Amino acid sequence: MTMLSINNLHASVGDKPILKGLTLDVPAGEVHAIMGPNGAGKSTLSYVLTGRDGYEVTDGSATLDGVDLLGQAPEARAARGLYLSFQYPLEIPGVPALTFIRTAVNAQRKARGEAEISAPEFLKKARATAAALKIDFDMLKRALNVGFSGGEKKRMEIFQMAMLEPRFLILDETDSGLDIDALRIVSEGVNAMRSPDRAMLVITHYQRLLDYIKPDRVHVMSAGRIVASGGPELAHELEKDGYDKYVRAAA
Amino acid sequence: MSLAKAIETGDLTQLPSRRDEDWRWTDLRGLLRELPKRGASTGVPTEGPFAALGGDVWLYVDGRKPANDAAVAALASEDVIQLRFVATAGGAANASQGLLVEPGANVVLLESYEAPADQAVTSVELKIYVAEGASLERIVIVDDRAESVTVSQADVTLAPGASYAQTILTTGARRQRIETRVAHPGEGATVRLDGAYLLREQRHADLTTTVTHSGLDGQTSELTKGVVHDQARGVFQGRIVVEKGADQTDARMGHHALILSDKAEVDAKPELLIFADDVQCAHGNTVGALDENALFYARQRGIPLEEARALLTTAFVGEVVDRIQHEGAREVAAAWVAKQLGQAQ
Repeated sequence: MTMLSINNLHASVGDKPILKGLTLDVPAGEVHAIMGPNGAGKSTLSYVLTGRDGYEVTDGSATLDGVDLLGQAPEARAARGLYLSFQYPLEIPGVPALTFIRTAVNAQRKARGEAEISAPEFLKKARATAAALKIDFDMLKRALNVGFSGGEKKRMEIFQMAMLEPRFLILDETDSGLDIDALRIVSEGVNAMRSPDRAMLVITHYQRLLDYIKPDRVHVMSAGRIVASGGPELAHELEKDGYDKYVRAAA
Repeated sequence: MSLAKAIETGDLTQLPSRRDEDWRWTDLRGLLRELPKRGASTGVPTEGPFAALGGDVWLYVDGRKPANDAAVAALASEDVIQLRFVATAGGAANASQGLLVEPGANVVLLESYEAPADQAVTSVELKIYVAEGASLERIVIVDDRAESVTVSQADVTLAPGASYAQTILTTGARRQRIETRVAHPGEGATVRLDGAYLLREQRHADLTTTVTHSGLDGQTSELTKGVVHDQARGVFQGRIVVEKGADQTDARMGHHALILSDKAEVDAKPELLIFADDVQCAHGNTVGALDENALFYARQRGIPLEEARALLTTAFVGEVVDRIQHEGAREVAAAWVAKQLGQAQ
């Protein structure tokens, strides 16, 4: 069953059209990768889906579980289960990581009409999740991402994801800034979330990440559209031949 | 020229006006055409904001001093005292108090301004002397009414080796000035002057400080933060003077404000006047909006916009609260700030 369905999506930043008729379906239980050159609109897609200000949808639709996403506030989309692992995670001065995440968990639960998570339950889950991601628990008491290294920030993105248990995950360049060990830990964290009723969109520049997070489908994005789709072998082909022929075809 | 003088004499030409350089953003003369008449008393609230923290409570109701109270009160050992200035009847009122922190004593002063009455014009003047080796931590919560006009001035004199720390938290008034002047002798004395103004609607708050270093080897650290909504206006004036011969002075001043509406205003004047050679002085001053990227990040995690704003602004002010040493007062301050910033618009 299709979980995320994007149809003929057009979006602009300022007056500049970035997405120009993007169509994509991601069924439940699957991991799809989007690859493409710089400027193809990959990050724009992640921001349009999550509802960032300044990204204006001019045509087309996007639904999650058959319900329109684009008319909703970012927090409503999050409560429906949409999660973005940011390419550049933000620093939140003065707010301890645990406080931030607990606030988010409870806000989502409230939006869904569920009871708040109890403090002991939250802490127990946080400890187990931190251990799995090799995050020092004391780091979670510090202001979120303030003074964290690039790798630590990416691990915190995966930590938040595991705590929030979203239904649909968008990973935007999650491999950037990671050394091999960190990449393995992060990938294990992502793979642990794979399940039949969850789906993922993995946005990446390089094939390297896809050795760790194995996609069911690979899409090539260029000039704001999906220009080719295939199985995992497509990623290897791109790694070998580059994006040139797709860029030329899209131009 | 002062509000106190004008109230005492009934002569409004005694009010400071915008022609006085130090009052140009807090004009009282142009605002007050007459002093309000005293109304019926609304009564004194049973508890002030620091009620849970104990210590002696001195109550100043509409300018009247507590019974049997000396002009200068001596504070010894490990005292916690609460000064509650309460306006219950509107009208104009003056209060003043002298405090002497005796040598070697460690005193916590919890000061509150409470205004059950709708409209009041009040002046409070404190004279504080902190003797050799003594310390005083002063935490002030100002809850004035939207129509009040209030001035609170503290003159603080330190002996060598004394330490003085203060944190002022205010929601402003129709016009409000909270001023601290510190005579800093150097000689190992230390000063911390902090504050936060959290303003909504058409409120105004002016936090003004002057620290004058007159001797060798003195330390001053200042941090003021502001959050200004709607059409409110925050004023910060921070002056540090390092006199000739006050070498090895280490003085730092920071003022940072968030403006959360197009019509809000912040006026800031940090001044370092340095007449000594070998000193370390610095100031930082920033005024800006809430980080839109951080707001989106929080919303993407599911935190609704208003809650995200409250979370980020409370954290912004939290740096000031965290510098309060007295644990109980710090908790009261944190809860007070969260309450002010958590309100829906």
